Amino acid sequence: MTDLLVPDAGGLYCAAGDFWIDPLRPVPRAVITHAHADHARAGAGEYFSARDGLPVLTHRVGESGRFTALDYGAPFELGQTRVTLFPAGHILGSATVRVESETGTWGVSGDFKRASDPTCRAFEPFACDVWLSECTFGLPVYRWPPTHEVIDDILDWWQGCRDAGRPAVLFCYALGKAQRILAELHNRAAGPVWLHGAMQPLTEVYRRQGIEMVATRPVSQADKGYRFAGDLVVAPPSAAGSPWMRRFPRHSAGFVSGWMRIRGHRRRRGYDRGFVLSDHADWPGLVETVEDMRARRVITIHGSGEALAGHLREAGLEAECWNLRASLQAARSA
Amino acid sequence: MRAFARLFDRLDRTTATNAKVEALVDYFGTADPADAAWAVSFLTGRRIKRLVNTRELREWAAAASGLPLWLVEDSYEHVGDLAETLHLLLPPPDTGGAPPNLSRMVNDHLLALREADDDQRRRAVLDLWRQLDGSERFLFNKLLTGGFRVGVSKRLVTRALAEVAGVDSSLIAHRLMGRWQPTAEFFAALIAAKSDDDIDPAVPYPFFLASPLDNAAETLGEPDEWQAEWKWDGIRAQLIRRAGQTYVWSRGEDLMNGRFPEIEAAAEPLPDGCVLDGEIMAWRGDQPLPFALLQRRIGRKKPGAKSLADAPVAFLAYDCLESDGRDIRTRPLAERMERLDHALRAAPGLLRSRPVDFADWDALPALRAGARERGVEGLMLKRLGSPYRVGRTRGDWWKWKVEPYTFDGVLIYAQPGHGRRSGLFTDYTFAVHDGEQLVPVAKAYSGLSQAEIDRLDRWIRGHTRERFGPVRSVEPVHVFELAFEGIQASARHKSGIALRFPRIHRWREDLAVTDADSLSDLRRLLDGGRQPA
Repeated sequence: MTDLLVPDAGGLYCAAGDFWIDPLRPVPRAVITHAHADHARAGAGEYFSARDGLPVLTHRVGESGRFTALDYGAPFELGQTRVTLFPAGHILGSATVRVESETGTWGVSGDFKRASDPTCRAFEPFACDVWLSECTFGLPVYRWPPTHEVIDDILDWWQGCRDAGRPAVLFCYALGKAQRILAELHNRAAGPVWLHGAMQPLTEVYRRQGIEMVATRPVSQADKGYRFAGDLVVAPPSAAGSPWMRRFPRHSAGFVSGWMRIRGHRRRRGYDRGFVLSDHADWPGLVETVEDMRARRVITIHGSGEALAGHLREAGLEAECWNLRASLQAARSA
Repeated sequence: MRAFARLFDRLDRTTATNAKVEALVDYFGTADPADAAWAVSFLTGRRIKRLVNTRELREWAAAASGLPLWLVEDSYEHVGDLAETLHLLLPPPDTGGAPPNLSRMVNDHLLALREADDDQRRRAVLDLWRQLDGSERFLFNKLLTGGFRVGVSKRLVTRALAEVAGVDSSLIAHRLMGRWQPTAEFFAALIAAKSDDDIDPAVPYPFFLASPLDNAAETLGEPDEWQAEWKWDGIRAQLIRRAGQTYVWSRGEDLMNGRFPEIEAAAEPLPDGCVLDGEIMAWRGDQPLPFALLQRRIGRKKPGAKSLADAPVAFLAYDCLESDGRDIRTRPLAERMERLDHALRAAPGLLRSRPVDFADWDALPALRAGARERGVEGLMLKRLGSPYRVGRTRGDWWKWKVEPYTFDGVLIYAQPGHGRRSGLFTDYTFAVHDGEQLVPVAKAYSGLSQAEIDRLDRWIRGHTRERFGPVRSVEPVHVFELAFEGIQASARHKSGIALRFPRIHRWREDLAVTDADSLSDLRRLLDGGRQPA
């Protein structure tokens, strides 16, 4: 029997429902788990997304195409299937997808995490036969410290910079992580926090959806010659090493990412400080979620899935690793 | 251990040199001298001999963390640092008790492992893993596995110690030379304010290192203020004759006594209180022999008659640092040359690296171009008025090496790097054409920019053909220009050749695989190059 979902167009294709999940190439019908660029691209004829995620999605992919907002937990029919979105806890409006058909029920993650996040609804498990799990951090070395400890560390570092009269430049992804940090800092730190231009519009989208965050100002509004001494500046990693950084003489650079769990990852990027905070599940989170989904079969996608699949096989489950990007390359060269 | 771990955290949390020195000064100024001595030892790159083999460590960590061994191995391959991998995999510690001081940790726990049997060692390590947390546990693993690089150079440590002691850093550098035991007494003497009368006769001076000449020689000023010498292709060494004893030190601060008996014999007639800087060379008659012959001698602690006959060595002196028991490093080079000649008159078995005559700067390029035929690496330029400085100080000593050989090779294998490059494919194997086949001829690790490394890493992940453990074979698509210093016939390599110091010059995206060089191109260098008997 063929699988309900198969790799295609850089995402997953469901023939029974005639739709794609997170395709990277233009397709007629796309179910989008969340608006990060490796999951959501412009050019689909029709988009289905969680209601909370729609403003960010249209901000990212534009308004062309038809958009359908879906409520979490409310099933809708697509072809021969019944599709339901559940909160993924990854970023605002992120979802996991349940696809029910007469051949069985599949659960598909885009990205997800199990740690709490003030900007989005917590991950909700559901029962399925086959679980397609993201596996960005699929090795047991990835174990996240509690969020409040990491925020304490960030505040301590900022205080140290304030004492030394230096700017504290914190790098993090512009969508999701930045707003999560700004929300965590709400009520814990006095603003304003300076924002890189790339983060400004997305942060506004979050604010319009009622996410409470510390006060922010775009760096572009600072006076000419202002030196940001003791201030916190939040910027995307792409700004590191760019001429833009000359605005922050003597700065200390921190990076917030799950990758910072590994010392070498931080050192080769030249960051002074690495803060281990991720919007993805860590290894215990991945393993725990497999149990919570009660699936008989697990397929690892997005990242280094071989180790997790091997580990699950040893635990008696059916498990394999799919490379969705390979489907994109095959389609390209064909 | 705790204070040392906090020092490590401070060093690890900044990329600024001044902040690192400040952290070191704070630590050395307040630490217990016995702890500080061990800290100096580790931070300057000295290791304790490996106490536990890494296979055992991996097995114990697997058991302690409830993971299968293969998952520990996969994790190590990803992280690229065993001490860190173990630390990240182990469960959180049991208790919050204070860990022992650094010196007690080393003396009572680590060094005690040497006498312990297998079972005792396992239990001792597991106990400490259960007690230690955070950076303490990571550092404990680092000490256990021997390697210790934390982003501070010996130079920075020297600078900080000089600041604590209130003396010149060249004095600290001297006190750190040679062999010493990390004890409280040693540390007290290290940061003492007084002068250096009490230095052990075996202790060498810090070496002065040349910098690569990056501007035209003309920019150095008047040619008659400079001395040119051949840059010899041997082992840099310091030859000490003091108190009736001879000591031969390598630049890596290994005492090499016993390895080169012909040099020790030749040094015996030197006047007492004499220290020479020079090069150990494989040498026969008045000719240098290839470096490969010298390599056969380096590994032999007590060479037999056959290696002495097959690979004879000589000491080529080019500087004199101590004469008649007086440190003359601050005297100008021209004067030191006179003292060198004086010393060598007594010891005719030692050779003198003669200055190369040149009237003006225009004469140098031709001399340098002929270096390879002479069996030397290029030219050295030294300011006649300069003192003998410490370490890599720019301005007075320049090295001007011959242009390396180059070839265009095809990337065929890649494997992940370690440390700073962990998790990235940065160790590459390159091949050249041999008929229909591609044969590997060189491994290279350096030469690409971070952006190129990142791009190549992504490409490798998407174009892997096969995996052999950590090694991946990739589609032969990318061509790179590689530089190397020399070539030797080799029976151990499939290609039949071995290249010396290969490194990546450029990513040649303009070239296709068919444009890469062939094995016969390289072999031609072997036949045409200098191959003295």
